[in-house]
Amino acid sequence: MESLFSLQAITEILSTSLRLSVPLVFAALAGVLSERSGVFNIALEGKILAGAFGAAFGAFLMEDPYSGLVVGMLFGMMAGSILAVLGVTFGVNQIVTGIAINIFVLGITAFLSRIVFGAQANTLRLPGFKAFDFPGLSSIPVVGPVLFGQDLMVYLMFICVGAVFLFLYRTPWGLAVRAVGENPSAVDSAGLSVTKLRYGCVIAAGALAALGGCYLVLSQVFLFSEHMSAGKGFIALAAVILGRWNPVGALCACLLFGFFDALQLRLQFNYQDVPHQFFLMLPYLISILALVGLVGKPRPPAAVGRHYRREAK
Amino acid sequence: MQRLYRILFHLRSVLAIVAALAVGSLLIIAAGSNPIEAYKTLFHGAFFDYWGFAATLVKMSPLLLAGLAVVLPLRAGLFNIGAEGQIYIGALFATIAALYLPVLPGPVHILICTLAGALGGALWALIPALLKAYQGINEIIVTLLLNFVALHFVSFMVSGPMIEPGAPYPYSPEIPDSLFLPHILPCSDAHFGVLVGIVIAIGMYIVFRRGVSGFTLATVGRNPEAARYAGISVKRHIIVSFMIAGACAGLAGTFEVLGHRYRLFHAFSQGYGYDGIVVAFLAGLNPFLAILSSMFIGGLRSGANMMQRAMGIETTVVEAIQGLVILFVAMSLAFRYRATAIGQAITRRKELEQALDEQTRDKKT
Amino acid sequence: MSAYKLSLEGISKSFGAVTANDRVTLRVRPGTVHAVLGENGAGKSTLMNVLYGLYRPDEGRILIDGRDVVIDSPRAALAAGIGMVHQHFMLVGQLTVTENIVLGMKGQGLKLDLASHRRKIAKLSQSFGFEIDPTADVMKLPIGMQQRVEILKLIYQNAEILILDEPTSVLTPNETGPFFELLERLKSAGKTILFITHKLEEVMAIADDVTVMQGGKVKASLAKSETDPASLARTMVGRDVLFQVKRSAHSTGEPVLRLADVSANNARGLKALDRVTFEIRAGEVFGIAGVDGNGQAELAEVISGLRPVESGRIHVSDTDVTQASISDRARRFGVAYVPEDRHRDGLVLDESVAQNMILRTYNRRPFARFGFFDRSAIRDHAERLASAFAVRLQSVDQEVRYLSGGNQQKVILARELEGAPRVLVVAQPTKGLDVGAIEFVQQQILAQRDRGVAVLYISTELEHLLDVCDRVGVLFRGKLMDTIGSDDATPERVGLLMAGVAA
Repeated sequence: MESLFSLQAITEILSTSLRLSVPLVFAALAGVLSERSGVFNIALEGKILAGAFGAAFGAFLMEDPYSGLVVGMLFGMMAGSILAVLGVTFGVNQIVTGIAINIFVLGITAFLSRIVFGAQANTLRLPGFKAFDFPGLSSIPVVGPVLFGQDLMVYLMFICVGAVFLFLYRTPWGLAVRAVGENPSAVDSAGLSVTKLRYGCVIAAGALAALGGCYLVLSQVFLFSEHMSAGKGFIALAAVILGRWNPVGALCACLLFGFFDALQLRLQFNYQDVPHQFFLMLPYLISILALVGLVGKPRPPAAVGRHYRREAK
Repeated sequence: MQRLYRILFHLRSVLAIVAALAVGSLLIIAAGSNPIEAYKTLFHGAFFDYWGFAATLVKMSPLLLAGLAVVLPLRAGLFNIGAEGQIYIGALFATIAALYLPVLPGPVHILICTLAGALGGALWALIPALLKAYQGINEIIVTLLLNFVALHFVSFMVSGPMIEPGAPYPYSPEIPDSLFLPHILPCSDAHFGVLVGIVIAIGMYIVFRRGVSGFTLATVGRNPEAARYAGISVKRHIIVSFMIAGACAGLAGTFEVLGHRYRLFHAFSQGYGYDGIVVAFLAGLNPFLAILSSMFIGGLRSGANMMQRAMGIETTVVEAIQGLVILFVAMSLAFRYRATAIGQAITRRKELEQALDEQTRDKKT
Repeated sequence: MSAYKLSLEGISKSFGAVTANDRVTLRVRPGTVHAVLGENGAGKSTLMNVLYGLYRPDEGRILIDGRDVVIDSPRAALAAGIGMVHQHFMLVGQLTVTENIVLGMKGQGLKLDLASHRRKIAKLSQSFGFEIDPTADVMKLPIGMQQRVEILKLIYQNAEILILDEPTSVLTPNETGPFFELLERLKSAGKTILFITHKLEEVMAIADDVTVMQGGKVKASLAKSETDPASLARTMVGRDVLFQVKRSAHSTGEPVLRLADVSANNARGLKALDRVTFEIRAGEVFGIAGVDGNGQAELAEVISGLRPVESGRIHVSDTDVTQASISDRARRFGVAYVPEDRHRDGLVLDESVAQNMILRTYNRRPFARFGFFDRSAIRDHAERLASAFAVRLQSVDQEVRYLSGGNQQKVILARELEGAPRVLVVAQPTKGLDVGAIEFVQQQILAQRDRGVAVLYISTELEHLLDVCDRVGVLFRGKLMDTIGSDDATPERVGLLMAGVAA
C-alpha cells in the first residue's frame, strides 16, 4: 500500500482535487452570478444535468466534443430561461421554480437518454477532451502536472472565474448586477431594467452551470448516466455561501470540497476493509460542516429570492 | 370572465396534469408508440386492475407520507427537501429495532419499530431545524446535503455492520415475519402503511383548518414578526414542524421495510422523498388533497410498469411526465400567485429569517 | 421658449376604483422652488411617480420647455432631465457613494472607471458644499448625508428638474435650515425644484410658488407672495379650522410604568438604548420625540417584550416585568402595544379580520377549546369589536389586507384596548392615515388616558405629540435627552434636543 504522503500521492490528490472541483466551480459561478442579481438558484443541479445531457447529445450526434460543449450550454440556457420566465417575470417563488426545474430535468433527461442512446447508453464512449501538457511548465514537480497538465475545460474554468470577477467588479453592468441583488428599486429608479439584468444573469448562469455538466461528460466519464449530477449543484450552493457570493471565494470553497472528495477516493483505496460507502458521505458532510462552521453570519444579497414589482411599494 | 378564471385557477392542478400528459404523449410518440394505447394501459393498470391497484397503493404509502413531510413545514414557509434522507434514517431505525431488539409479541414489536422509525426521521430532520432556528442556516441546502449523507450512511450500514452474511449486494437480514405489516387487500402487496398515511393526512387537514396549532404555524409562515408579537415562538414552530415532518418521512421508510421489502436494502427509496415534493405541490399544499395526488403519482409509477410489460415503453417516460407535472404546476402558480396557500406561506422567508435573528437575542420567548 | 420649465396638463391616474389623480395640472417656472402641498392621500406621490415614469397616466400630457415628452420609464425621465429623491432613498447601502452615483449612468463604455468618477464627484460635491466623501459606504452615512448623496447623484447625472418627496421628514428641525440653504444654492445654479410636502411652514420658508392638492385634485396654484399660512391651510384641509384635540385638565395617579437604566441593542447588535430612565403615571400621556432611528422602535419593543434588555429594569406598578414574556406582559400585566409598522408587526394581512382581532388571545377560552377554534365565538367577538370601533368592513371573515389603513389601525386599537390595559404603548399611530382617522386614533388615546392608563406615545410628528401629550421626552442616539412639560415644549426647544443639544 502506498503512503498517503509520498510526493506522487500528493500530486495525484491535488490533481484529482482540481478535476473534481471543476463542475462545482462552474456551478458555483453560476450561483454567484444569479444570486448577486437577486435570483435564488436552487436549479443549479438541474442545469448541470441539462448541460451534461446536452454535451452527450451534441457529442454523440456530431461526434466531436466542441459541439457537445455548445449543445450543453444551450440546454443549460434553456433551463435558465425557465427560471427567468417563471421566477423573474411571473413572480413564481424562485425556490419552487428551481425545485420544479430540477425534478423536470431529472425526468426528461432520464427518458431522453434512453431514446437517444438506447441500449448502448452505459457502454458508450463519447469523444471528449484530452489533457495536454504546457511544454516546460508541466514538468515542474507537483505544480506542473496539477496546473499545467489538464484539459481545455480546466483552463476554461479559470478563465470563467476571472471573467465573472472582472464583470462584477470592473464593469458598469457588474455594478448594476450587484445593485439589483441588493436593492432592485434603486436600480429601477436609476433607469435600468431589473428584468433584463436578472434575465441576463440567470440565463448566463444556465450556460455556466451547464459547463459543469459538460465537463462531467466530455472530460470525465464520456457517457451520460441518469442523475449523474449527484448533488453537485447543492454542494455548489453551499460553496456560494462559503465563498460569500464572490467568484474567487466560491472557487476556493469548491477547491476545498474537491480536495475532500479526492481525499475520500484516496481513503477508499487505502482502507479497503472499510466499505467504500462510508467515505462517500464525506464531501456532503464537509459541505454541511463548512456551513455550520462559518465564522460570522454570511449575509446574502438582500433581495435574493424576492420578486420585484414596481407598483407593489 | 372572472368566474371562468377562478374556476380554471382552482382546477390548476388538473390542468397541469392534462398538459403534462399531452406533452408526455409527444414523448411516447417519440419513443415509437401510440400514446392513447399507452395511457389506456397505464391508467387501466394503475387503477382498474386489482393487482395493479394494489401496486399503486404500495407506491402511494411512501409518496403520501413524504408529501406530508413537505407540506407541513411549508405552512411555516420552510422547505423540507430532506424527506429522502429522513426516509432512509427512519427505515434504518426501524430495521435496527426489528432485528436487534429481543423478540416481543408481534403487534407490540411492530409498534416499537414504527415509533423507532418515526423517531429516526424526526431526529434526522432535527439537524436542519436546529441549524435553521439557531444559526439561520438555509434549511434547503442542509436538507439536500443530508439526503446524500443518509443515503450513503445506510449503504454503509447494510454493506458493513448490518449486512446479511453471503449477500450478493448490500442488504440486511430479513426481519422476523411476526413483524410483517398486515395487508389490506387480500393476497396482494398493499399493506397497512397507506392507511396510516391517510389517517395522518386527514388529521393534519383538520388541524390546519380548525386547530390552534394550525393557525400558529400558518402565522409563523405568513408574518413571523406578528407571530412574535402574538407570543408565538418562531423557533419552537420550526423545530416541531420539522420533527413531525421528519417523523412522517421516517414512517414512509419504516413501512417500506415492515410492509413491503422486509429487509433494509441499500438505495431502496428511489427518490420517494423528491417525489413527495411533487405530491405536495400538486395538492396545493393541502394535506387532504395530498391523498389524491399521491394516489395519482403512485398510479403513474405502478402503471408505468404495466405499460412497459405490455408495450415495451421505457418506465422513464413517467419520470418525464412527473417532471412535466411539477413544471406545469409551477407555471400555474404564475396566475394569481399571491392568493394561493403556497404563495402566502413562502413569500416571507426573509421576514422569517429576520424574526429568527431577533429571537436569537430574545431569551424569554 | 416656454414660460414654464415643466408643465403637467390634465393628468389622471386611477388604481382600480380609486382615482388618485383627477385632471391635475401643474406648471413650474424655470429656476424656482415649486411646492406641491397636500395631506396624505392627496395624490402628490402618485403625480410625482407619473412624472418620473414609474406610473403610466391614464390621460394627460407632460411638457418640458414647452415640448411634449413621453415619460414611460425612469430612464426616459432621466433622459428628459428629471430626477427624483424618493421618501425611501433609492440607494444601495452596500455600495460606496461613487458606485451609487454612477449606477445606471449612460455612456460609460465597457470599463467602470471609478477613479475618474470619484474625482469629478468630489469636485462637484465641493462646489455645492455637500461635504460628501465619495469613498464612503452609503450604509455607514447618517440619513441626512444619504439624502445629499441622492441629490448629488441627480446633479451629477445632469438632472435639470429635481423632485424632492417630503425631504425634511428625515431631518431634525435644526438640519432643515442648512438643507434649505443647499436648495437655494441649487436654485441659483439654475435647477428647478419640485418640493413635495405636507408642512405649511416649509412652503412659506422655501417655495416660490405653491400648488395645493386635495383628494387627487388641484385646489389652488399660486405664487407664495399671494398667500398666507391660514388660507393655505384652509385650502389643503378643505375645512376652516385645523383640527385640535381637546385635552381636558385632569389629575394623574400613581406611577404605573417605570424604566430604570434600560439599555438595549438593535437588530444589528448595536447599542440602541442607552440607560433610559423614566416613569409614566396613571392617566398620563408621555410623548417620545426624536428623529426616526434614534431608539424609538427599540424602546417600544423593550416595553412590550419583543426585544430583550441588555441591562436595567422595567416595572409595571410594583411588578418587575423585565424578564416577562411578550404574552405575559400583554395578558397578565396589561401592557398593550400598537406597533409602528402595522403590516410587519401588528397584523397578519393574509388572515381574516376576526383572527387578527384575537391575535394576542388566540389560545384562550372562549376562542379555543382543547386546541381547536370555536369559529362562532371568534366571529361574535370580532363583530362586537368592529362595531364598537366603527371599523368599516364587509365581513369579519374578510382578509385584513383589504381594509384601508385607517381601518387596519382600528382593528389593532380595538384588539389592544379591549383587555382594559394599564399601560399603552403606541408608536407612530397616525402614520399614513387621513385626517379623520388621525382624529379618531388620538381621541381613543386620550380616552385611555382619562380612564387612568399610562400612555407612551412615540411619534416623529412634533405637532401631534404636542397636541396629545402631557410631557414630552426626546430620544437622541438612544439617550433620553430631557423631559419637558408640554406647555413649555416649543418646537424650537424640542428641536434642539432632537439634534442632541442638551438644554
